[in-house]
Amino acid sequence: MTATSVAAPIGATRAGSASIQRRRNAADLRLRLYGIAAISAAIGLLGILLVTLIVGGYPAFVQTHIRVDFPVSADYVDPADPAGGNWRNVVRDGVAALLPAVDAPADVRRMTQILTPNTQFFVRDAVLADPGVIGGTLTMDIPAADIFDQLNKGVIRRDTPAENRRVSDQQIGWFDALVARGRVATPFNWGLFFNADSRFPEIAGLSGAIVGTVYALLVCFLISFPTGIAAAVYLEEFAPKNRWTDIIEVNINNLAAVPSIVFGLLGLAVFIQTFGLPRSSPLVGGMVLALMALPTIIIVTRNALKAVPPSIREAAHGMGASPQQVVMHHVLPLSLPGIMTGTIIAFAHVLGETAPLLLIGMNAFITSPPGGVLEASTALPTQIYIWADSPERGFVARTSAGILVLLGVLLVMNSVAIFLRQRFERRW
Amino acid sequence: MASTSSEHIVSSYEDELTQLARLISEMGGMVEESITNATNALVRHDHRQAEEVVTADQRVDEMQRRIDELAVSMIARRQPMGPDLRQIIAAIHVATDLERIGDMAKNIGRRTLEMTEQRITAQLYTGIRHMSELALSQVNRALDAFTARDPDAAVDVRNRDHEVDAIYMSLFREFLTYMMEDPRNITDCTHLLFCAKNLERAGDHATNIAEAAYYMVTGKNLPLELERGGTVNA
Amino acid sequence: MSIASDAVAAAPLAMPASAIKMRGRKVSVYYGEKQALFDVDLDIASNQVTSLIGPSGCGKSTFLRCLNRMNDTIPICRVTGEIKLDDLNVYESGIDVVELRARVGMVFQKPNPFPKTIYENVAYGPRIHGMSRSRGELDELVNSSLRRAGLWEEVKDRLAQPGTGLSGGQQQRLCIARAIATSPEVLLMDEPCSALDPIATAIIEELIDELRENFTIVIVTHSMQQAARVSQKTAFFHLGKLIEEGSTESIFTNPQNKKTQDYITGRIG
Repeated sequence: MTATSVAAPIGATRAGSASIQRRRNAADLRLRLYGIAAISAAIGLLGILLVTLIVGGYPAFVQTHIRVDFPVSADYVDPADPAGGNWRNVVRDGVAALLPAVDAPADVRRMTQILTPNTQFFVRDAVLADPGVIGGTLTMDIPAADIFDQLNKGVIRRDTPAENRRVSDQQIGWFDALVARGRVATPFNWGLFFNADSRFPEIAGLSGAIVGTVYALLVCFLISFPTGIAAAVYLEEFAPKNRWTDIIEVNINNLAAVPSIVFGLLGLAVFIQTFGLPRSSPLVGGMVLALMALPTIIIVTRNALKAVPPSIREAAHGMGASPQQVVMHHVLPLSLPGIMTGTIIAFAHVLGETAPLLLIGMNAFITSPPGGVLEASTALPTQIYIWADSPERGFVARTSAGILVLLGVLLVMNSVAIFLRQRFERRW
Repeated sequence: MASTSSEHIVSSYEDELTQLARLISEMGGMVEESITNATNALVRHDHRQAEEVVTADQRVDEMQRRIDELAVSMIARRQPMGPDLRQIIAAIHVATDLERIGDMAKNIGRRTLEMTEQRITAQLYTGIRHMSELALSQVNRALDAFTARDPDAAVDVRNRDHEVDAIYMSLFREFLTYMMEDPRNITDCTHLLFCAKNLERAGDHATNIAEAAYYMVTGKNLPLELERGGTVNA
Repeated sequence: MSIASDAVAAAPLAMPASAIKMRGRKVSVYYGEKQALFDVDLDIASNQVTSLIGPSGCGKSTFLRCLNRMNDTIPICRVTGEIKLDDLNVYESGIDVVELRARVGMVFQKPNPFPKTIYENVAYGPRIHGMSRSRGELDELVNSSLRRAGLWEEVKDRLAQPGTGLSGGQQQRLCIARAIATSPEVLLMDEPCSALDPIATAIIEELIDELRENFTIVIVTHSMQQAARVSQKTAFFHLGKLIEEGSTESIFTNPQNKKTQDYITGRIG
């Protein structure tokens, strides 16, 4: 934007020409200011959203871990049957070894609460993976329980009165002692991406949701992409132009505007109840998403086909290509970049649809990623919804973190679309 | 007879064609005047008028150059087609023929200046005068045929050329008798013979003009006419 | 002797039958209700260039597109009458349009090479018509087509580059090479030089002159000078009717019909 200075009127022979020029310049300036104000407001609002999310979510990207040395005594664990060992005792002994000054059993039990309740299963899985450690010591970084994680991050304030706090002064003291001994660390929370959902926020992650989303999108792609393109090609290239095709076109455009929850109801009523497909499965989720993506893909494909200049079609016809050859050899390959861009954008859009997935139940509580498209699952948006509803403190940050992950995926998908468009865009 | 009744879309093209026709007419007028003046000078032994005829020929030559230049310029710039093309080409031919006719008149003027003795009888001059009138009328009718785009008139001019040739032959024989009669007549008669020859050539050029007019209008050459008697070009 | 006034088109010139490649009889074209061509009778001579001239909207392009049934691609277009290629009536039911278009090629006004490599552009026609059995044969065909179009020297080192990267004149020659790659008998050209500069135009006109040895060429042109330079036979169309046809020389030096005369001298649009 260049600064406009009021130039001296050329000649200035006509009466009033100077004031006309002034008014004109003023109107020009006003228009620019309106534009700047509008874009500032838009960026401002987006900025507020992003800042809120980041501030709220960044704590979830690190997780407090406690380094514990577990003596894996052969008394508790039988090398012949490691899985059946007394892991609670192994954990208790490991915790007790953290602060030797604490030896009263009740205290040790309370100190065990510093670690996540599933600690014994982590230790068991580690020993099962490496049975040779039986009889020795196993050192592991165990995630801290949620309230201690929040304490460490300063979310739970130490200066609230004791009766309002969930951690006792004694536990705080132990925790600080552990910090002083260098046993507390806050590395990056890989578990957010690789763990499945859990009751305990400190070990809850998005892997189930991510896999569910991937499956659902895959199903959606396999159904909507070929169908949409074939329908668009037929409507654009081969269908006769009459009232019926006009009606079809209008209705496709309408479908693109239908509220997404309607598709969810459709999925529930038809796919689950009438067809009997498994509830909460990525298959049904993908089918519902396909219904939503289909109108968009058809519209995008038709536009891409229309954008191929008629001179190419004429040249192909003139060479003696049949109508099918004209479409398959020339029109479709040339419109493919536009189709791909539009398709990716359509998928990025349906990726974030929550209401229909909720209705078909893709908010199942699963503790491991689904093994196939027929198993119960969640998806990213629905997982975020579940976490938003959960009471534990740790889920607050994780909800924001989940939203950030979703936004990140959308960003990547749109970037791929932009990259593809720029790479393959043709100038006629 | 249909002619192009509508005008060119580009009016300057139309103007140029009009100017070309006007120049031809003007040149034709100058040439006709030259013939008349040259004949008068000859018959009356008017040396002053004869000199005027000689110097006037320069203007005729200049006219031909102007017409040529305009025609070439139009061909280069307008890419004329059909009747326009024929008109321009015909104008070039007509201008050339008119210039030659002008030269004939100039030659007559020169001869007049050469002739100092006045021994020939008035009778001979009557013959020359008659031939001159005939040649003049051929030129006049040929130019009219050109300007009016009248192919029939053009055919007529071509057909009448033999009259000019016939008069030339009779004058030729008459001069021979005079020269044989009295050798002192030879000088003057020879001059007059050449003048008659010039007039006969002028008649031939008038025929060329008529042919050009016919081609311009119809796009074809004049149909061949059966020769009546022989014409001997001496 | 007077110039023929507004008369019905003269009968087609009498020519020995083998010298006529395509023949149109009472060809009429309708776009929906509107008639665009009225009973056109025209013969196209073999191994000669026939030019179709006339003001905008006179039907010359419409007639040209009838010759290879390109009007079929327009749904509301209807063609009546007879068009024969040698002895074959091209509008008979059962005629393979694809086959027809291999025998009657077309070059368009705006150069429109496919957005593929130069090689693929020229090879496309032979490929879809199954004209070559091996890669070597195809190479040979591409080579000879580019040579005949006068483009070989300029592109022989860059056959794998996109055809759209060439200059306008080269692109048009590529389109010509593409069209002649299927060895058509007739080449239709719809104002092929109107988008080109004078030098490129001259190159293509020279090319047309060379091609006429092996092909019959029909060219639609807005430029009378081009028609005069390039063709041996000229047909003048006006408002959907064929007004006059004859040898190019006679049409341009001595047209018989007043409308023809008015058009070529610039007296009507």
